[in-house]
Order: sequence, then structure tokens, then C-alpha cells
Amino acid sequence: MHLSTLWFVIDALFWIGFFVLEGFDFGVGMLHSFIGRDDTERRIAVNSIGPVWDGNEVWLIVAGAVIFAAFPSWYATMFSTFYLALVVLLLALIVRGVAFEYQRKVDNPRWRASFRWSLTIGSALIPLLVGVAFGDMLHGLPINRAHNYTGNFLGLLTPFGLYTGVTMLVMSLLMGATYLALKTTGELHDRVVRLSGTLGWVAAVVVWGFVTWTHLGLGTGFVPNPLEVLAVLAVIASAWLANVKREGWAFASAAIGMAATVGSLLTELYPRVMVSTTNAAYNLTVGNTTSPSYTLKVMTVVAVIFFPVVLVYQGWTYHVFRGRLSAPRVGTEVGAGDPDTSGEPVSTVGPTEAT
Amino acid sequence: MSTDLARWQFATTSIYHFLFVPVTIGLAFLVALLQTSWYRHENPVYRRLTRFFGTLLLINVAIGVVTGLVQEFEFGMNWSSYSREVGNIFGGPLAMEGLLAFFLESTFLGLWIFGWDRLSKKAHLACIWLVAGATMISAAFIMAANSWMQHPVGYVMNAQHQPVLNNIGALFTNPVFLWSYVHIVLASLVTGSLVMLAVSAWQLRREREVEAFRRTATISLIVLIPSLVLALFVGSELGVIEGTYQPMKIAAAEAQWNTCNSHCAFSLGQVGGGTNDEAPTQIVSIPDLLSILATNHVNGQVKGMNQLQAQYVKEYGAGNYVPNVFVQYWSMRVMAYLATLVLLFALWGAWLLRKHRIENSKWFLRIAPWVVVAPFLMNTAGWMLTENGRQPWIVQGLMKTVDGVSPNVTALEIWISLVVFVAIYAVLGVADAYLMIHYGRKELGESSDKEPDSGSPPDRGGDGSERESEPDESQRVPALIY
Ligand code: HDD
Ligand code: HEM
Ligand code: HEM
Repeated sequence: MHLSTLWFVIDALFWIGFFVLEGFDFGVGMLHSFIGRDDTERRIAVNSIGPVWDGNEVWLIVAGAVIFAAFPSWYATMFSTFYLALVVLLLALIVRGVAFEYQRKVDNPRWRASFRWSLTIGSALIPLLVGVAFGDMLHGLPINRAHNYTGNFLGLLTPFGLYTGVTMLVMSLLMGATYLALKTTGELHDRVVRLSGTLGWVAAVVVWGFVTWTHLGLGTGFVPNPLEVLAVLAVIASAWLANVKREGWAFASAAIGMAATVGSLLTELYPRVMVSTTNAAYNLTVGNTTSPSYTLKVMTVVAVIFFPVVLVYQGWTYHVFRGRLSAPRVGTEVGAGDPDTSGEPVSTVGPTEAT
Repeated sequence: MSTDLARWQFATTSIYHFLFVPVTIGLAFLVALLQTSWYRHENPVYRRLTRFFGTLLLINVAIGVVTGLVQEFEFGMNWSSYSREVGNIFGGPLAMEGLLAFFLESTFLGLWIFGWDRLSKKAHLACIWLVAGATMISAAFIMAANSWMQHPVGYVMNAQHQPVLNNIGALFTNPVFLWSYVHIVLASLVTGSLVMLAVSAWQLRREREVEAFRRTATISLIVLIPSLVLALFVGSELGVIEGTYQPMKIAAAEAQWNTCNSHCAFSLGQVGGGTNDEAPTQIVSIPDLLSILATNHVNGQVKGMNQLQAQYVKEYGAGNYVPNVFVQYWSMRVMAYLATLVLLFALWGAWLLRKHRIENSKWFLRIAPWVVVAPFLMNTAGWMLTENGRQPWIVQGLMKTVDGVSPNVTALEIWISLVVFVAIYAVLGVADAYLMIHYGRKELGESSDKEPDSGSPPDRGGDGSERESEPDESQRVPALIY
């Protein structure tokens, strides 16, 4: 395998990792405002992703930085093309990131409400926008010989792109709901489980639509690629498993569904990385955007050494924070040195049986 | 037009990012020191201090992280031609930074915040040290990338006349990188310790927990003074390095229009001056000092801008190679003068400590909370000096800034993004300042006699093998949960 192909695969893995890991924390972020009946329940939801969301977001940063290093021309075209969309994306990332840390720091209903909605809306916008961008790259955009986008902002809103965005949004919701089902107890838990059952069927339809559109609309042939079949089946399985209360498996299937959906999009794209509607000769491809082999070799050495280490310690984090979160048992939340500003305490009870 | 706007945008967002960065790097290190003291001496006052300053750290990190995202995106958004051209070199350190530093930093920060009652004391302490270390690792990669723009190394030109990486090691042994990295770490320690000193002084003045905040005042001064002194030396060496590779930068910083062959004088200040004024009125000049600063010798030669301009025109073709002289001249002076003033202030603090009078010195305690403004000005001035002095180059000698911008991004789009970022940054800045002041003035939490209850049932959490010993229930410290 040529090194540039290897790096396309590695980068695809980072994007898949991003969509799977942040997928569920975007889902929880979107859902927490609606699923939580009171402040305590919302806090439980947010704290279920509290320790991990930031580490998950780094998958996005690295996925982007890997494009920069391994496919500089792709990075240059992609980021300048989606300019205004990225401004909105950054806004969403900013308000969402700050919300986690700041929401509880001041005991004022308006302060809290604004950060709560920042978290909710930000969590919805991010998968939507990144999804639109990926849909557009596969659908194709007017790109000239010099690899520069020649359209305007409205030109980015291709129907297929928008639909891809919606697919990512719905899949994130499903992942969020199945994740919360694993992390909660009591009434909140029952509500989340019911929701994940419903969301599962919605997502199954949406993903089926995505696969169909990819083939019929973009003319990628009639034979579906295996990942697409896997995506549809996994999401159906997730819906079914959620309904029969196999929570661990429902979450795992949703994750597989998400990974396969993103994976299928990227396999359809390969060896192109951004399609030009102006002229197929202007397509950006792995071959014409790649860095020279020396850079790729250096990066390969670094990735081979450090990526497994990252996986180990991130995995360990999930192990440390396994278990369900539940409403008040005992104790106080210490908003650092200030036990009285915070609402109800949140505590954990026994580890989850993932079934 | 687009170039100017893109520059404005990069300058605003990166200066803003860099208000938070040094506080994060400095405070993470100091909080790790406090927690180490708790681990070692089992004195609960250190635990309370760790959590107190830990909260200030977290308030700050939140903004450091989200503004960093903007920086990462901006290369592709506004500087796509630059990214296309040199991404194979410049992108490497950025990707490594993510893989080696950001993952580490964010994962272990999550573990630290939520892990108080789930990890053994030792594992939890390791988390904060990993966070502190990761911030310094991230600084190393980003400084390597930036130093490559100041003094490009480790590449060859290919057939298409494009720079291509051929020696990654050279990026990390670049003298500009080595010196500016050390300088930036020291500047961050200076910043973090001045923040800690300011908070401690404010608390001491109100006679709150004198015992505890005397300790943090002491610790911050112990970190501050050597860092500051070293930063001064490293900074002046950095000036020599820059004088070698980017003589124009230093000439502009000294408003040196014509070459001076030896015993060049340093002017303390000047009236007028700037890009169109070659004969400003110098206020006080100190003989020989400039030669020493720029070359380490009294009879060193300092090249003048006129001569350098002529030389560059010959080398690179017609054009204006003189950066904004006013900005250069004053940013150098703001940084150096404030550093001197801060050093005097810190020595005063050290003297008070020796006399065991720091908590009684009304004036010192009153001034300290204001001195905290200085490191932010110095940091900003330092970056203005570095980045403005590189102009008109985006990569010294290789690529001009005007050639780096995205050709297809319109001025309107940049305007929109600039306004959006400035607006959201203003709101965040207010929220951050409010929280820092609010939490900095809070009483030190969890009084030492009453151990807080953790809200955690027994035997939960960490990997069994990771635990030294199960802390008994009364010892549990609740997580710094949101
Ligand atoms: C010398 C230090 C330094 C400098 C010059 C910069 N940064 Fe920075 N950056 C840090 C030091 C740092 C840090 C200390 O590591 C931060 C601050 C807050 C934090 O948590 O990490 C950080 C955060 C941070 C993040 C968020 C990481 C996360 O999610 O954990 C990104 C994406 C960047 N930065 C990217 C950049 C880019 C593209 C820069 C170039 C213009 C830049 N930074 C300048
Ligand atoms: C790796 C780190 C950095 C890189 C790669 C970098 C690169 C750049 C680029 C591409 C520009 C725009 C083009 C130009 O005007 O030259 C710029 C400008 C600028 N940057 Fe940096 N920068 C870095 C870090 C920083 C930081 C942390 C700061 C300060 C807080 C900073 C301050 C500035 C300023 C003030 C300008 C405007 C200079 C001017 O327009 O005259 N830079 N830098
Ligand atoms: C402790 C106080 C100081 C602080 C907080 C500080 C901060 C900074 C910062 C943030 C930068 C930009 C980053 C970099 O290139 O490393 C910088 C650059 C620089 N500093 Fe300082 N500085 C201090 C003291 C000094 C002193 C006393 C001198 C010299 C007498 C000095 C000389 C320089 C030079 C020459 C640069 C430019 C480097 C370049 O162009 O790449 N610094 N400073």
C-alpha cells in the first residue's frame, strides 16, 4: 500500500473516531435539556460525558491536523471552501466547550440557562455542519484547476450535503440516547430507554435513505458497499436491542452504525478527497494532494509509536468512569471551594452491567 | 485588503489565545506543585489550596482550549496558499502536537477533575503532572512550527520550486526554536506565578487564611524570581539569535536606520520615529548597550534598515522589507521595561519574605493584584515583536505574507468572521475575568477540620491495580464536578 493511501486510512480512522466518540457526547448534549426534567437530571446527563468530552474533541483536532500534514492541498481547499460554515462551526465549538466548565460556576438562572442552551444548540450544530461538509465533498462542489472553490456560501448547501448533515445529527442523537441509557438509573433511565427505542427506528430510516441516495443520486452504482449494508443493519439492530432493553449492545450497535456510515462515505470518496463538479480533472485526490513521502514517513513513525498509547489511556479513562450516575445519595458538589452554590449532588452507583 | 484583514484576524485571535495559554502553562505547574506538597506532607491546607487554584486553572483552560481551535482552523481558512505550499513541513508539528500533547492534556485533565474520589492519591497526582507536562509539550511543537516561519530549516526546494521537508530533526534543533521555546516557558511561569501572587496578596490583605496564602505567596515568589531572571537572559540571547537570522527585525526594534559598526548605543525611548521618520528624537541613549544586546560584544556591528533593505532588494527583488518600526521599537521596550519593573517588585517581595513581613506589608499586598496586568502586556508585546518583525514575510525569505492568503475568500467573509470572533471573544473575556475575580476572592473552601463527604459509595472507581491503597471514607475528596 502506498503511504498516502495508508494516511488516508489513518485519517479516516480519526474522523470515524471523532464521529463515534463525540457522536454520543453531542447526543447527550442535545438531549440533556429535553430529557432532564429538572436540574439534577440534567446534571447527571452532562456529568456522564464530563470527564471525556474534551478528550473526544481532540479527535477532531487531530483529524484536521493530519489532513494538514499529510494532504496539505486538501486541508487548504477544504478549510477555505467551507469558510463561513466553519465560522459557525467554531462558534458552536466555542460556546459548547465553555458551557461545560462555566455553567455551574455562577448561581444565577439566566447564566445557567444561557450556557445550557449553548451546550444544547452547539451539540446539534457541530455534527450537522461537519456532516454537511463531508456530504459536499462527496457530492462535489465547483472547484477550479487551482483547487480553489469558485462558488459562494449558498453553494455549500447542496441537498445531499444537508441530508448527510441530518444523518450525522440523527445518528448522534441515537448514540447519545443509548449512551445515557447505560449511564443513568431510575425514572430518567426509563425515559431514556424509551427514547432510544424510538430514535433507533428513525435513525434506521435516515441511514437507509443516506445509502440509497448515495447510490441512486450520486450514481455510485447499484452494488452497495459492504460498509453501507453494515451501517443499515447495525442501526436496525440498535433500534431492536434498545427496545428489548439490551442497553450495552444497543449502544455498541449504534456506534458500529455510526462508524460504518462515516466509513462508507469515505470509501465512496476514495481515492478522491473532494470532488469537483466543474471538471472531473480538477478533483482533489489522495495522489494530487499528498505530502511528499519523507513527511509521511516521519508521521508514520510518530503515529505508530504514540497512537496506541493514546488509545490505551483514553480507554482507561472510560474504565475509571464506568458505572451509572444517579441523583443524590450523599455529599456535596464542591464547585471548588464552594459547596453551597451548586444544586443537587450527583453520585455514582455500581458499575454497569452492559447488557 | 484581504491580506490586511487576514493579518488582523490572525493577530487578534492569536493574541487572545495567548492571554490564556501562559496562565494555563504556569498555573498547571504551580497547582501540580501544591498537590505534590499535599501528597508529601498530608497537610490538608495544601489540598484546599490545590482545589482553590485548580479551579482558577480550569476557568482559564476552558477558554484556552476553545480559542486554540480557532487558531488551528485559521491556517486553512485564511492562509490556504500558505498551507498548500508549506503544509508538508509546517503541518507535521501541528499534527504531532495533537497526537502527543492535546490528547494527553485533555484526557488527564478530565481524569483530574472527576477523579478526586476515584483514583488513588498517587495516580491522581500523576494526572495533574501529566497535564502540566502536556501543556509544555504542546508549547514545544507549536513553537517549533512558529520558529520554522522565522528561520526555515530542514527543507529542500523541489523541481516545482516548492519547499519540501527533508530533515525533521532540524526543526527541533533550530536555534530560534530552542531559545524561543525556553523563553516562552519561562514567560509562562512568570505569568502563572504572578497570577498566584496576585490572588494570594488580595487574600492576605483581607487577613483570610493567612497561614495558607502566605504559603502560596512564598511558592509563587520562589518560582517567579528565577524564571524572571532567566527570561531576561534568555530573552537577550534570543535577540542575538534573531539578529543573526532576521537582522531586519532587530534593526527595526532599535529603530536603527543606518549600520552602526561598533559601540552602538541603545535608546531608552524616542519621540517620533516610525516607518517614515528616520530621525526621531532620542530621549536617553546608553552607550554600547545595543551592541551588547544584539551581538554580545561592545564592538559588535548592528546593521541598519537602509542597508538591509538594499541587500534584500538585491536578493529577493523589488519590494519593501522594512516592518512597522514603531511597533517593533515599542514592543521591545514594553517587554523589557516591564520585565525590569516586575523584577524589582519580585525582589521587594523576596525581601519581605525574608523579614517575615509579607502579610503585613500593606503596600506590597495592595500593588500585587495590579502587577498581574504586566505579564499579559509583556506576552503580547513579545509576540508583536516576533510576528510583526517578520513582515513582509510569512516564512522568512521563502514566502511573503501577501502570497499566503486564501485567494477565494472574500474580504466580506473575513470581515464577518472577524466581527463574529471579536464579539464572542469579548463576551468570553468578560465571563472569564468575572469568574477569575469571583473565584480568586472566594474564601478558601472546605475547612480543614471537616472533611467533605464525597457522595461516592465505597469501593468504586479506578483500576484496582492502579490503587495504592483504598483511601478510607473520611479521606475522600469529592470531584470538582461541573
Ligand atoms: C507556547 C504556547 C502556545 C502557543 C504559541 C499556541 N498555543 Fe494553543 N495551546 C497551548 C499552547 C500554545 C496550551 C497551553 O497547550 C493550550 C492552552 C489551553 C490548553 O488547555 O492548552 C492550547 C490549546 C490549544 C488548542 C486546544 C487543545 C485542546 O482541545 O486540548 C488548540 C487546537 C491549539 N491550542 C492550537 C494552537 C495553534 C494552531 C496555535 C498557533 C497559532 C497555538 N495554539 C498557539
Ligand atoms: C505556531 C504559532 C504561530 C504561528 C504559526 C503564527 C503565524 C502567523 C501568521 C500566519 C500570521 C499572519 C500573517 C502575518 O501577518 O505574518 C501571523 C500574524 C501574527 N501573529 Fe502569529 N503565529 C503564531 C503564534 C502567534 C501567537 C501565539 C501570537 C500572539 C499572541 C501571535 C501574534 C501574531 C501577530 C501579532 C500577528 C500580526 C503581525 C502583523 O500583522 O504585523 N502569533 N502569525
Ligand atoms: C519576563 C519577562 C518577559 C516576558 C514575559 C516575555 C515574553 C515574550 C514573548 C511571549 C515572546 C514571543 C514568543 C517568543 O518568540 O518566544 C517574546 C519574544 C522575545 N523576547 Fe521576551 N519576554 C520577557 C523578557 C524579555 C527580555 C528582558 C528580553 C530582552 C532583553 C526579551 C527579548 C525577546 C526577544 C528578542 C523576542 C523576540 C523573539 C523573536 O523575534 O522570535 N524578552 N518575549
